[in-house]
Amino acid sequence: MDVFSDSANIDTYVTGFLWILKLTAAGAVGALVLGVLLAGMRVSPVPVLRGVGTAWVNIFRNTPLTLIVFFCYFGLYSALGFELSDDIDTNNYWLGVVGLSVYTAAFVCEAIRSGINTVPVGQAEAARAIGMSFLQTLRIIILPQAGRAVVAPLGSIFIALAKNATIVGTIGLMESSSAMKELINANGDAVIPIFLVFAGTFAVVLIPTGYLFGWLANRLAVKR
Amino acid sequence: MRITRLTAVVGAFALAMAAAACGGDDSGSGSASGIVGKASKDKKLVFGVKADQPGLGLQTGGTYTGFDIEIAKIIAKGLGVPESGIEYKTTVSANREPFIQQGQVDLVIATYTINDERKKVVNFGGPYYIAGQDLLVRTDSTIAGPEGLAGKKVCSVSGSTPAKRIQTDYKDASLQQFDSYSKCVQALANKTVDAVTTDDIILAGYAAQDQYAGQFKVVGKKFSDEPYGIGVKKSDSEGCNKINEILKASASDGSYKAAWDNTLGKSGTAAPTLDVTKLTNCS
Amino acid sequence: MSANTDAVLYDHPGPRAKARNLILTILFGIALVALLWWIYSKFDEKGQWAAPLWKPFLEGETWTSYILPGLWSTIKAAAVAMVLSLVFGIIFSVGRLSDHWWIRIPAGAIVEFFRAVPLLLMMFFIFFGIPFLTEQPMPPFWAVVIGLTLYNGSVLAEAFRAGINSVPRGQSEAGYAIGMRKSLVMREILIPQAARAMLPVIVSQLVVLVKDTALGYIIGYTELLQDGVNTVGANFGNIVAAALVAAVIYIALNASLTFFAGYLERRSRRTGKAPRVGAAAGPTEEATPVVAPGGGLSGGGGIA
Repeated sequence: MDVFSDSANIDTYVTGFLWILKLTAAGAVGALVLGVLLAGMRVSPVPVLRGVGTAWVNIFRNTPLTLIVFFCYFGLYSALGFELSDDIDTNNYWLGVVGLSVYTAAFVCEAIRSGINTVPVGQAEAARAIGMSFLQTLRIIILPQAGRAVVAPLGSIFIALAKNATIVGTIGLMESSSAMKELINANGDAVIPIFLVFAGTFAVVLIPTGYLFGWLANRLAVKR
Repeated sequence: MRITRLTAVVGAFALAMAAAACGGDDSGSGSASGIVGKASKDKKLVFGVKADQPGLGLQTGGTYTGFDIEIAKIIAKGLGVPESGIEYKTTVSANREPFIQQGQVDLVIATYTINDERKKVVNFGGPYYIAGQDLLVRTDSTIAGPEGLAGKKVCSVSGSTPAKRIQTDYKDASLQQFDSYSKCVQALANKTVDAVTTDDIILAGYAAQDQYAGQFKVVGKKFSDEPYGIGVKKSDSEGCNKINEILKASASDGSYKAAWDNTLGKSGTAAPTLDVTKLTNCS
Repeated sequence: MSANTDAVLYDHPGPRAKARNLILTILFGIALVALLWWIYSKFDEKGQWAAPLWKPFLEGETWTSYILPGLWSTIKAAAVAMVLSLVFGIIFSVGRLSDHWWIRIPAGAIVEFFRAVPLLLMMFFIFFGIPFLTEQPMPPFWAVVIGLTLYNGSVLAEAFRAGINSVPRGQSEAGYAIGMRKSLVMREILIPQAARAMLPVIVSQLVVLVKDTALGYIIGYTELLQDGVNTVGANFGNIVAAALVAAVIYIALNASLTFFAGYLERRSRRTGKAPRVGAAAGPTEEATPVVAPGGGLSGGGGIA
């Protein structure tokens, strides 16, 4: 493990995972907000909203994230002029967050939509019977119940998000996969320890997170 | 372009294996497996070249064009291989050594800088051109050299030698990294970066492209030396020597100059002279 | 809720609601058109719609010499990886359900590990790292295929396991009662039913697999992004246009796969024999699987 006794290498490792952490955190918030909004649009009474929601899901879910991140740089930033920071890394970070959010939101939307399906029809009918509007029905009756049903799928989605954050490396952010490549390049004799440390960090954090979401899903599940 | 140390070591391993496998064979002479033998026997050679570097090695339609390709033709001719016997295979920086070692290609002419790491695993003929790291900027730019990069955004390929040089020697510049130079050049055209850096000859290729005509200029202040070589199998010293002979002849009979004039020379740059005294001593 | 959930959430629109919906439609429509127009004009300002950038895509040669060969490489890697992932998934799901702890635990550890490691990291290791160990160069094609197989195979293994667990106990008990051994029960009774139940999940995972081949170009596998975007971009200086075209191709490719998933799902629902499986961790037993074609169990299924 000589590689990791060099403080510069430790630095590379830490910086890489800090980026992943930040990308995941901001991406998760963005994806959740956007995803709930999209799910609402997809079940709304307004056809245009439904259309936009459907188009969003079909476009972003079927495009490789690599390309979405590419468009964030060359479309959003280069062409549309969204400069989110003067600093190159910070700017690329926020572009990455946007890319991860719009992509992951498509998955969140679909998860929530299937969550809505787990809520018995009677609930919505009762809500309508007492005169609730669409938004009220959704906000007060449906989403809180659906939310419990989607804990497990959302957990898988956010875990995937953490792993997908490595793709932001393609627009030059030194996240952990780029960091690992750098270290392997410079220390060819220590490939195995380097890989085990990087992959191990992901495994050690993400596997328990997965179980945590599973446990949470069981606790929150609506018993019917 | 450059390659990282890693691939060189990868190649070294492959070579060690090959050497071990050959055991008592006369693998050193290379007369049977070398390019000279193959050229005279099969009248066919496979060249590993770049596919996405305008002016040097660019795949256009089904064919390849560029200075590296013209050099390949000179070498093939010198070895008695007709143009119809030349096959080009796309290589990227990361797989040049493995391609030579595995025999997927016979020679590599792909903006391939000669350095000590690579010499351990590959035999280099040449150099046929001495490139150097330089900057590509927009025509109206005031950047006059690497010192002018302070506070500016400069783009290069992730993990490449030029990118590393910026990080260590010119810390005041902020570095944007992509996985290909095409993306850097696009970013330069869109004004999201102020300069692109890599070997001058590669930059000249982009500057000379029609769609960017008049938009860019190469600063013209080299801040490193990158001798481009022609890679063959480590064991093939006969082939390596032959390449150097052919290059020497091409410098005197004008075919080297013609190769330049037909490709990179189109941008108006005069042909460089091929310094035959600098040719490598093949191992 | 039933398949036409959406209509359950709001009353059938009366005159006032209709008017309101119309106004919302118009307002939102205008905002949408304005946004698209703004994007269009900004791209126009940067000259991204200039004819020379798009003309190459009208020429057959651009397709035959760059895009189609790239697409073919993408499909080749995806196809091989699909088959291997399915095999990997079946083997490891059965392994995880084994009665022997010395099979169950390693199988579980392997599946959990590969599910947790980012694919890009995995590919970097296979392509740049493995050659140090085997002392053999690693062809980029196999680096891509092995990486895709390990990741998607692990995800599929979990999907199969959930599917096998969802088959009613009586099925396997009946098998044992007529004297079948465990391997036979697995092969003849459980796996066929599980595969059927999990078809939508399997297909949406395959969509993920197709998209993930796009990571291949980063390690030098010349697939659609390398040939169709980088090389085309180097030739014509139109990398943004080329990326747009590539995105459309991916969307078309995956949308047809997703459509196929929806078709399979409708079919298996019609016959009504497939056991019902709740979303991923099965939050509720009664859960009707899915509404959306291909969105099916998307939380658990399509994990990129």
